Amino acid sequence: MPNMDPKKTPMPEQEPLVRARNFKEVSYGYTAEQAVNEAKRCLNCKNRPCMTGCPVSVRIPEFIAKVAEGDFEGAYGIIKSTNSLPAVCGRVCPQERQCESKCVRGIKGEPVGIGRLERFCADHMRDKQPDPEIPTPNGHKVAIIGAGPAGLTAAGDLAKLGYEVTVFEAFHTAGGVLMYGIPEFRLPKSIVRSEIEGLEKLGVKIMTNMVIGKVLSVDELFSMGFEAVFIGSGAGLPRFMGIDGEDLVGVYSANEYLTRINLMKAYDDEYFTPIKKSKNVAVVGGGNVAMDSARSAMRLGAEKVYIIYRRSMDELPARKEEVHHAQEEGIEFRLLTNPTRVIGDKNGQVEAIECVKMELGDPDASGRRSPKVIEGSEFALDVDTVIMALGTSPNPLLRMTTPGLETNSKGTLIVNENECTTKEGVFAGGDAVTGAATVILAMGAGKKAAAAIDDYIRNK
Amino acid sequence: MYKILKKKQLNEQVVLIEIDAPFIAAKAEPGQFVIVRSDEKGERIPFTISDYDREKGTITVIYQIIGASTMRLAQLEQGDSILDVAGPLGVATEYAEGAKRVAVVGGGVGCAIAYPQAKKLFGMGVTVDMIAGFRSKDFIILDDEMRAASSELHICTDDGSYGYKGFVTNKLQELIDSGIHYDEVIAIGPVPMMKFVCRVTEPYGIKTLVSLNPIMVDGTGMCGCCRVKVGGKIRYACVEGPDFDGHQVDFDELMRRNSTYKEHEARHICRLTGGVR
Repeated sequence: MPNMDPKKTPMPEQEPLVRARNFKEVSYGYTAEQAVNEAKRCLNCKNRPCMTGCPVSVRIPEFIAKVAEGDFEGAYGIIKSTNSLPAVCGRVCPQERQCESKCVRGIKGEPVGIGRLERFCADHMRDKQPDPEIPTPNGHKVAIIGAGPAGLTAAGDLAKLGYEVTVFEAFHTAGGVLMYGIPEFRLPKSIVRSEIEGLEKLGVKIMTNMVIGKVLSVDELFSMGFEAVFIGSGAGLPRFMGIDGEDLVGVYSANEYLTRINLMKAYDDEYFTPIKKSKNVAVVGGGNVAMDSARSAMRLGAEKVYIIYRRSMDELPARKEEVHHAQEEGIEFRLLTNPTRVIGDKNGQVEAIECVKMELGDPDASGRRSPKVIEGSEFALDVDTVIMALGTSPNPLLRMTTPGLETNSKGTLIVNENECTTKEGVFAGGDAVTGAATVILAMGAGKKAAAAIDDYIRNK
Repeated sequence: MYKILKKKQLNEQVVLIEIDAPFIAAKAEPGQFVIVRSDEKGERIPFTISDYDREKGTITVIYQIIGASTMRLAQLEQGDSILDVAGPLGVATEYAEGAKRVAVVGGGVGCAIAYPQAKKLFGMGVTVDMIAGFRSKDFIILDDEMRAASSELHICTDDGSYGYKGFVTNKLQELIDSGIHYDEVIAIGPVPMMKFVCRVTEPYGIKTLVSLNPIMVDGTGMCGCCRVKVGGKIRYACVEGPDFDGHQVDFDELMRRNSTYKEHEARHICRLTGGVR
């Protein structure tokens, strides 16, 4: 008999006001008993609507059936066969817009906690995995640029097919946005490291400190014997608003703020990385990056942290759970509000941010209601730090140094339906192609590209 | 890991290291930089490459012990290894086309970066006047190297303990006043020095290139920390620089933003030295 509880089995979490002051993971994850209980809410629908919402086509009802039987190893095997980073996806996918949005149980209650179950399986099996069988080498070499979600997924899939895969990473650590962007309290770095170690056990070689486009060009990779190249170089430089005062001391891009905290561990006094000890912080933007920045600022000891977003709660692009967690932790949401300038003191330090109130007008071409300024509604918030979380424009290094690699007007790489770029043998996916998007979409692209690369090399 | 093949103290605060980094040495050009992380807990510090040897596969970095992270780096000796070195980053210097005579101006440890510029230009057959400024005689570095890489070397000291007494800007002004025509001036040193060199050259319309040193984190075009204002627009020194047209640079903003972590630095230095510097 399925468990007909209309609500998801709650996942134990740190108390909001406690966790708002530490960098430990927010949620503890399900116990085996809670996982089985939640798995029993799945109706095992014949037409598997949930699977259509998954960019990497995890066989969701099948794995959940295994969890319900208590066969966690079997469940993990099913997930892992199509998803190379389940511990990551279970934590950071926007399930409410993907698999869980299609769940039949969601019609008259909450959908099955698919993400929570995926996470449970991965965590449960973390220390219990036998070393993978190393596939028989097929004698072909592929280069991957960027060790983020797209590159790691492509690397894993190609290694399983027997390719000799080398991943070139610009930073000192592999993981991309999983290491520099998403905070420890949402995605512990030890989990990312263990997923990467799994790939290394498959034979994937990772070379750090290799900024391709500078130290080696794409053409040089080909002359080194790589037969295909996958570009997963990720998102690039931050956008700013273009308002007065963005050059003041105390204005950060979210990329910089989060990189200092996550990659460079500024929250740990053992590390030398400096970061501003802020009292009042304004984060501008409404995506996951904005939530991560705001919650990190709170954890670094800020007294007041505001999210400033020009549309309303309904349009907030962040993952629902993150918004909910941020609210619980005391982040103040100033919605329908837009900054007009950052105000500095005589030393050039941020002192306040001036904003205007907005109202939503008619839907624009994208179907979203466009915000309009309410005249005369200016007001100022006293803050000493402003973090701009407004998205990014693509990293220019590869397009500047690779003849034949074309980009569109926004600077993102042009690819066809098989993730193939305008340069022969060069494939691309993730934020370098889509602009800033999600981990799972990048993984989906990496997966597709791996299949296309296999096809390309076979038919060469 | 990147082995330190040679280490030499150039003066009390300035250290030269030659690092085994064949991939970087194969591509490095004057004006480019590397990001160095000495150990697991250190910062990513940008250093302009001051020399490279493609055959030996080495690069040379000259740095000033100025803060906590450079102090930690200075603890590594010849034979030790640096954890991370990434590069060559940034755009190589693009010299004015057809230049016949160029003044290369270096200030303090900035001479370590100005020197390869002089060397490259001099090697191309350009007449190079090198103007190198130091606080006093004890701080002079690379005088032999700079002399060999220039048509004429003018060493200036603030206190007159060696060479010309006065700032590099005074010397540059004198040279211009004496009727020398410069096709280009390259200025590398402390931000105020670069700012005032630009003030000297601007009335004459002499193209002036400066190498900016904003605070960086990743150095590869991701974090946006190194943004500078050039010609009223945001530019990123790590991927669009570090060289920019000095007459367009907002030096005051750069100075302000470079002071962001002064207090933090002081705290970490205390921890390393027990309060003694």
